Order: sequence, then C-alpha cells, then structure tokens
Amino acid sequence: MTDVGGSHVAEQGTAVELVGLLSVEGRDVAGEWVKQVAGTLKGRVSVAELSRELGELHEALVQALGQGAADVHDEQMSEVRALLTELSRNRARQGFSPTETAVGVFALKQVLEPVLQDGTSEEIRAFGRLSRVLDGLGLFTIETYTQTREELISAQAEQLMELSTPVVRLWDGVIAVPLVGTLDSARTQVVMEKLLQALVETGSEQAIIDITGVPAVDTQVAQHLLKTIVAARLMGAECTVSGIRPQIAQTIVALGIEFDGIVTKASLADALKLALRKSGVEMVARKAGQL
Amino acid sequence: MTAPWLPDEAPQIYAITHNRDVVSIRQTIRVLAQRCRLSLVDQTKMITAASELARNTLVYGGGGAVKAGLVEKDGRRGIAALFEDSGPGIADVNLAMTDGWTSGSGLGLGLSGARRLVDEFDLVTEVGVGTTVTVIKWAR
Repeated sequence: MTDVGGSHVAEQGTAVELVGLLSVEGRDVAGEWVKQVAGTLKGRVSVAELSRELGELHEALVQALGQGAADVHDEQMSEVRALLTELSRNRARQGFSPTETAVGVFALKQVLEPVLQDGTSEEIRAFGRLSRVLDGLGLFTIETYTQTREELISAQAEQLMELSTPVVRLWDGVIAVPLVGTLDSARTQVVMEKLLQALVETGSEQAIIDITGVPAVDTQVAQHLLKTIVAARLMGAECTVSGIRPQIAQTIVALGIEFDGIVTKASLADALKLALRKSGVEMVARKAGQL
Repeated sequence: MTAPWLPDEAPQIYAITHNRDVVSIRQTIRVLAQRCRLSLVDQTKMITAASELARNTLVYGGGGAVKAGLVEKDGRRGIAALFEDSGPGIADVNLAMTDGWTSGSGLGLGLSGARRLVDEFDLVTEVGVGTTVTVIKWAR
C-alpha cells in the first residue's frame, strides 16, 4: 500500500514539475511559442489567429498535465486532442505541409530548451518527460493531417466519378455517353446505371457510347462495355460504340476481343448519323439558294 | 528470360496490391513507352498488355509487384516489365493460355491476348510458389 501511495505522490510531483515548465512566472511561454511558430509559417497564418490557437492549446495542455496526463492518448488529454485535431484539419485544408503543421507543436520544445542550460536537474528531467509528451502530440497532429488529406482525396475521387459520366441527349430518341479516362468497375457501374436510367427517362431507343477519351481498352473495359450494351438491349435500346481510334482497334484485334453483333463507328458523327437513320430521321442537304 | 536492363538506369519496382495500382502502372508504362519512342499503336499495345498482366497479378496472384524499365539489345531500345506474384501458380499453362478460358469471371483473353500484344513473352510458374511473367516491347 505504501508503494502505491508513494508512486501517487511521485506522479503528483511530476505533474507539478511539468506544469512548472510551461508556466514560468514572469515569462510568457505561450507568447514565445506563437513567435517561434509565426517565424516558420512566414505570415501565412495571422499572429492573432496563432495566438488564439496556441493560447488555447497552452491552457489545455497545462490543465491536462496538471491532472496527471502523461501521454497523448490519456483521457485527460481529450481537450488537447480536440484542439490539435482542429488545428491540423485547418492546416491540411489550407494547403500547409505536414512539417508546417507539426512545427506548431514541436516549436514549444525549442521555447523551453533554455531549461537544459540553466535548469535544475529536476527541471531537466521534467523537460525530458514533457519532450516525450510533445513528440506524441506532434505525431498525433501529423496523423490527423494525413487523415484529413485522405478524406479530401477520396471526396475528390467521388466528385470526379460523378463529373466524368454525363449522359447527353443528342436528338429525340438518341442519347450519348462520352467516356473519359480510366474505366474501372466502380465507374462502369455508374455509367451503366446512368445510361439505363436515361434510356427510360428520355424514352430513347438509340444510345451511343463514345470511347474517344478512353486511353486503353483492355479485356476488363471491353467486358464492362459488352455488359452495358447487353443490358441496354434488354431494355429494347440499340447501342453503338463510337470513337474507336486506330491504336485501340489494333489492340482490340490483338487481344482477341470480339464485338460480334455490336455496331461500332470510328467517330461520334458517324454513330449519330447511323442512329438518326435508324430512328427514321432523314437528313437532306439543302441546295444553294433554297431556304 | 533476364531482361537486358539499360546499364545506367535501374528498373523501378511498383507494388500491385490494389485496383488503383493497376491504373498507376498503366501510367508508368505510358511514360516509359513514350521515353523509348514507341509508336502510338505500340504504346497502346504495351499499356494494354501491362494492364492485363497487372490485373492478373492482383486478381489471380493475390497481389505482387512489377519491375519495369528500359532495356537494350543489339542497339535496339525497348521497354520491359516483369510481373511477379507469390500466389497459387498456374497448374496448366497451356489451358491458361487458351483464348476464352478463365478460372475467374473475365473474358479469358488477358494472358493470351497480352502475349499477342508484345514482342517477347515469358511465363514461369510453379503451383504453390507463384508466377512471373516478363514482357518486352521493342521500338521499331
């Protein structure tokens, strides 16, 4: 029992020492911290904003350490973690680098470094412990930063998927999907759904899939295309594949993919002409002088 | 088949563990193909072959890696890619190379088609150990 009591007392002592490092009488630790960070960010965050961010962080950190927190994942650190999360999310969104984000934490070490020169041995030991806590906080910042960036990237990927698959109406009863970029399973699924939906909504019987913007047609892309065409056929619509460039044609032949029973055209214009003829639209060139 | 890599330029190794890796390998091969001045048709053929083999590595080999770079033989430049996995291996290579045969749900043209798309094709496989496919496309 005495042992437990002893270690409790030691912990209390540690907490006091750590807090002591951060709040020295007659010294504005938070202010020096702000100055240090502002120097590295070269004015890209205003000093007022930094003072607010780091001031709150300093206060929360002092409180957490006072309650005996020894690690970034301790319960007492929840307020600090929340503040750090906000800080690194903001930095990530504003396009700061991971270094510029983490320096916000590590700069505090530099501010406290003079202790190593003229501090007592207790203070130096406390600096070592605090330094470990700050390392943990810095890593936490980078983790949150990376997470935010990854969220941004996956959000952009989703937007891209939506953006690059428009279904356009070319004529009464004729719709077209210009495919651009790489076709993977997820994107083909989106294209297929949109095409079939548009067939129903517009009551179209002719659909053109234009692959001018697809850099390479491998067996997976071909298989997705074939499936889409069969599905459209089941709905009573006819599909034409257009935009087959010479290099794509030769690759498809070498691969051995058969587009049996599927109408293909070199250009979207040809495909449109064919679709119009099939839906009974006659195009007549006007003679000169006629209205 | 050991590819005669260009002496002053080490081939790079890229992991294939996700669908998006297949896309980035296509782009890598495109850049290499442009650097060794392949014609547009040959570029597309090499990219498509790499796409097939990378997907095979991923789907049937359970992931692996590709080593890709420029090669030179008899004064001719080319691009080589070596796909490696430590998956189940191929029990019957002749069957696997047959058009239209697949153990999965694809068209069954990836492996046989890739062979037709490149100038040199080499397949080494052992059941339970893995599969290595090396392809080379020479500039004309």
